[in-house]
Amino acid sequence: MSQKNRLDGGLIARDKGLGFTFDGKRYTGHPGDTLASALLANGVRLMGRSFKYHRPRGPLTAGSEEPNAIVELRSGARQEPNTRATTAELFEGLVARSQNRWPSLQFDAMAINDRLSPFLTAGFYYKTFMWPAAFWEKLYEPIIRRAAGLGSISFEPDPDTYDKGFLHCDLLIIGAGPAGLSAALTAGRAGARVILADEDFVLGGRLNAETFAVGQESGSEWAAQAVAELASMDNVRVMARTTIMGAFDHGIYGAVERVSDHLATPAPGKPRQILWRIYSKRAIVAGGATERPIAFENNDRPGIMLAGAMRAYANRFAATPARKIAVFTNNDDGHRTASDLHAKGVGIAAVVDTRPDAPQSEVYRVIAGGTLCNSRGRLAVDAVTVMRPDGSTFQLDCGAVAVSGGWNPNVHMTCHQRGRPRWNDALSAFVPDAMGVPGQRVAGAAAGHMSTLGALASGAQEAVAALSDLGINATAIDLPEAEDSPVNITPYWTVSGANRAWLDQQNDVTVKDVKLAHQENFTSVEHLKRYTTLGMATDQGKTSNMGGLAIMAELAGKPIPEVGTTIFRPPYTPTAIGAFAGRSRDEEFRPTRKTPSHKWAEEQDAVFVEVGMWLRAQWFPQPGETHWRESVDREVLQTRRSVGVCDVTTLGKVDVQGTDAADFLNKIYCNGFAKLAVGRTRYGLMLREDGIAMDDGTAGRLAEDHFVVTTTTANAVPVYRHMEFVRQCLYPDMDVQLISTTEAWAQYAVAGPKSRALLQKIVDPEFDLSNEGFPFMACANITICGGLRARLFRISFSGELAFEIAVPTRYGDALMRKIMEAGAEFDVVPYGTEALGVMRIEKGHAAGNELNGTTTALNLGMGRMVSKKKDSIGSTLSEREGLNEPDALKLVGFRPVDPGNAVPAGAHLMSKGSPVDAAHDQGYVTSACYSPNLGHAIGIGFLKSGDTRMGEIIRLVSPLTGVDHDVEVVSAHFVDPEGERLRA
Amino acid sequence: MHDLAPITALGGTDPREDVVGTVTLTERPGIALASVAARLGHEQACRAHLADVIGAVPAPGQCQLHDPEAGFWMGPDLWMVGAPFETHEDLADQLKARFGQTASITEQTDAWVIFDLRGSGMEDVMERLCAIDIRAMKTGEGTRTIIDHLGCFVLRRDPSDWVRILGPRSSAASLHHAILTAMHSAA
Repeated sequence: MSQKNRLDGGLIARDKGLGFTFDGKRYTGHPGDTLASALLANGVRLMGRSFKYHRPRGPLTAGSEEPNAIVELRSGARQEPNTRATTAELFEGLVARSQNRWPSLQFDAMAINDRLSPFLTAGFYYKTFMWPAAFWEKLYEPIIRRAAGLGSISFEPDPDTYDKGFLHCDLLIIGAGPAGLSAALTAGRAGARVILADEDFVLGGRLNAETFAVGQESGSEWAAQAVAELASMDNVRVMARTTIMGAFDHGIYGAVERVSDHLATPAPGKPRQILWRIYSKRAIVAGGATERPIAFENNDRPGIMLAGAMRAYANRFAATPARKIAVFTNNDDGHRTASDLHAKGVGIAAVVDTRPDAPQSEVYRVIAGGTLCNSRGRLAVDAVTVMRPDGSTFQLDCGAVAVSGGWNPNVHMTCHQRGRPRWNDALSAFVPDAMGVPGQRVAGAAAGHMSTLGALASGAQEAVAALSDLGINATAIDLPEAEDSPVNITPYWTVSGANRAWLDQQNDVTVKDVKLAHQENFTSVEHLKRYTTLGMATDQGKTSNMGGLAIMAELAGKPIPEVGTTIFRPPYTPTAIGAFAGRSRDEEFRPTRKTPSHKWAEEQDAVFVEVGMWLRAQWFPQPGETHWRESVDREVLQTRRSVGVCDVTTLGKVDVQGTDAADFLNKIYCNGFAKLAVGRTRYGLMLREDGIAMDDGTAGRLAEDHFVVTTTTANAVPVYRHMEFVRQCLYPDMDVQLISTTEAWAQYAVAGPKSRALLQKIVDPEFDLSNEGFPFMACANITICGGLRARLFRISFSGELAFEIAVPTRYGDALMRKIMEAGAEFDVVPYGTEALGVMRIEKGHAAGNELNGTTTALNLGMGRMVSKKKDSIGSTLSEREGLNEPDALKLVGFRPVDPGNAVPAGAHLMSKGSPVDAAHDQGYVTSACYSPNLGHAIGIGFLKSGDTRMGEIIRLVSPLTGVDHDVEVVSAHFVDPEGERLRA
Repeated sequence: MHDLAPITALGGTDPREDVVGTVTLTERPGIALASVAARLGHEQACRAHLADVIGAVPAPGQCQLHDPEAGFWMGPDLWMVGAPFETHEDLADQLKARFGQTASITEQTDAWVIFDLRGSGMEDVMERLCAIDIRAMKTGEGTRTIIDHLGCFVLRRDPSDWVRILGPRSSAASLHHAILTAMHSAA
């Protein structure tokens, strides 16, 4: 296919062709092209359909502000909807499709909406789909969503990776046009650490799009040389394809670097995009300006675009939308487009200038004081209607129209912290307010300096000032000679009488919609936005908001600044969710923690469960076992019969040392610790300041001034944090030092009647493990296996004779293997968290389900543990009346009257014969399991006055799951209630 | 001599090493660690002992690169001391003997996985991993940071193309994956 609208010159590499497809048709472009410029060069003006009315659309701009040329790129899992053809860099094999049309871009059946437009005005949904209310979710919304909407997604996982990173600099320069380059040269030469970021893949901004000379060179040559110099400086980081998308607190900016978007697939290991967090000491916004259109009837036909964009296509991309164009302008800028395109051999039908005193030209026709009042053409413009100053009209044939209504400084980055821009009469535009973002300055067109020289000068000047704040002396660069024309504009927003004149082309908002909103009293600019959806599309109204404000101001009879602007928020341009996720996806969504026996457990085909970040073995299936309960029942029975081993490393371990260590524990535990003998361990209950139980565990006293506190797995971090708070803030005068040792020690529970015999084979012989030598609740530093330092605790969660043995983590794997080997003769069994849970429920031990943030020591049956002989955290408030009602909840056990019934956790307890409602609630089941020892389900939970209701038959109900049967209230200690086994 | 064979934090019998481009990531199990926390009222004496052991008392944000024992600042009156595992497996006991009642010493060797990241592209990798201003960080500086959601220490070594990263041992595999991914990304 020939590139029939390709011009001479430009910054494209003509010697290389790039093949690509659009809607299945093959085209050729060149390196340096965007998808939009390549399509225009190939004579394609129609690139999309509008959101609501499905009107044919082509590119309005040549940059990231594009509302119309929105396409799907790539195919398969890499298919990406809603990307702008105007910024998509062309690559060999690019597959692009138009979207929001059916069956084809040329014939879109949904274009019927356009015929129905009188019914589809602003607020249409709110007025039409009011009733019946139930229809909204089920009927209306699905239909509307299907009809509207933008691109489609692949529903496959994104195969590419995204990365994140952190950068630091003295000066961040946002935008690499003349102002940004001048600022960067000034700061770079002064030795400051500079980051220069620009969203484009060629730096230079408008220098690449205009024909102005800078010094003795073309603008683009000057820009290329400046970039080369900056790239050679160690202190300057030049970041092309990088969008600064938000200004956050304390000089932090978000930046999305599109590392591989311009490639068919990223290089191996390389991310598609990187989200950078940039810590800047100072920043200069040099984001340039965005041209705005003038609204006229049917101003949305493909081929109608902004005048500056048409110059960019012609000068930078060597492409024109048509061989004959018209210009519609209210300022001198439109004339530049006419003369640039004329110089490239494009025919100029006429320049229609709204100013009666418009400059005349010798080479093209100028209609001063004229307006464009309509356009014609089926899928693209082929003629326009021009109105002369005297009111007479005539047709003008042309394939494209360049429109310029003036330029709006890109104030976004100065307003991300709720700053509001200030109106500038000379420019007829909003410019940044001085009080925008702390540490930030604005240069170039973004600050309202619209000439090339003005931009160069202000960039250098702002860089000097910014560095001066930091104590860095910089000298402004010598300014080259450059264009310095004044802005010559007469505000002109909309052609009078125009109704279906498009303001927001992406969301299909017309002048008429704004008028309707005003008529219906949506006069606040924020209400206008939401009622009409003006500026709410993916382009965030970069080309449309001003037009809407101007019409609003006219209707309200107020000046534009009094109408005000809506709030600007990050991100500046649409940002992929993948960039926010970075490396944190799939199994790497968050880090995992592995226990010391993980590798061994994997070899045993253990089934793992996530407990916080930990991966713990849940059970160890054996050949022939088809249901998890078989495995768990076996592990429980075998442990209670002989001996079992379980990795309990995950329990938090806090090393507590210091001469006041015992006094410190006396504060954090409600029960007494001061008198705990060295070599002994005690169960401890920690209360919150408000008297509610926080966590429980054991503390072993290894020396006068040394304890090891254990916490539950889930509370390891919160308890350590609480202890540090108590140490640093409540008792800074205590001599106590804390440090976590959770990961430093591999710790295994060895439980069951044969546990002592097993450990005697491992523990070095000089240590006496007899009941007398190492009684229940003893602890000691010992050695094992011929001299390895270890810790031994005689504590039991299972209710059996049990020990916990700890070694430095690196030896944990070997110790597990050693235990299994030494235990073979005792029929040792590894057990997982499920069996652990079953055994602790059988024993009636409280765990996380019981310490659920609402329960007290009294509820847990440990009321008497709260020592009154000392002050401890929570003890005073645990005496609150409300926590000590006579019918307080008490922890008890439940046995189903019919042994075939389950006792589901979460079910509620009701007295026999009472109504089943919240007012008659007697309590609830917190933990439940099938007890293989008892042969039926059991549960523990909280029952009002439960300790006095043993033997009572009550109703267990769960209306949600259909449970309603009788259970008997029993002791929570189902197994060995006297504790004989664990003291054996 | 006991007969329990150690494994590294990544689960191997030998330390893992990965080379991507100019950067090498090496697991370093051969370092013993112990925390030293000054006892209340004994801060000066504790500092004197610390200076005696590692040559100087590291200030906040600093480490003391020294052989065979080295150290870095972890918090107010709290330091980490490291030494070769081969000769100092009982580092905590050794330090306890030297510091006496002036400090609380806790064995920390296996609480951490240690990685050395080294090579000319090291800074490119680090800036993808943590918020440290790595290009401004000098040899002898050390600080706590977050890498891949994990609390880590980063110590800048000599020569300066080398950082040592201490992360939670149980998450060694996740931390390794994060560093390796960043190495490929930056290569």
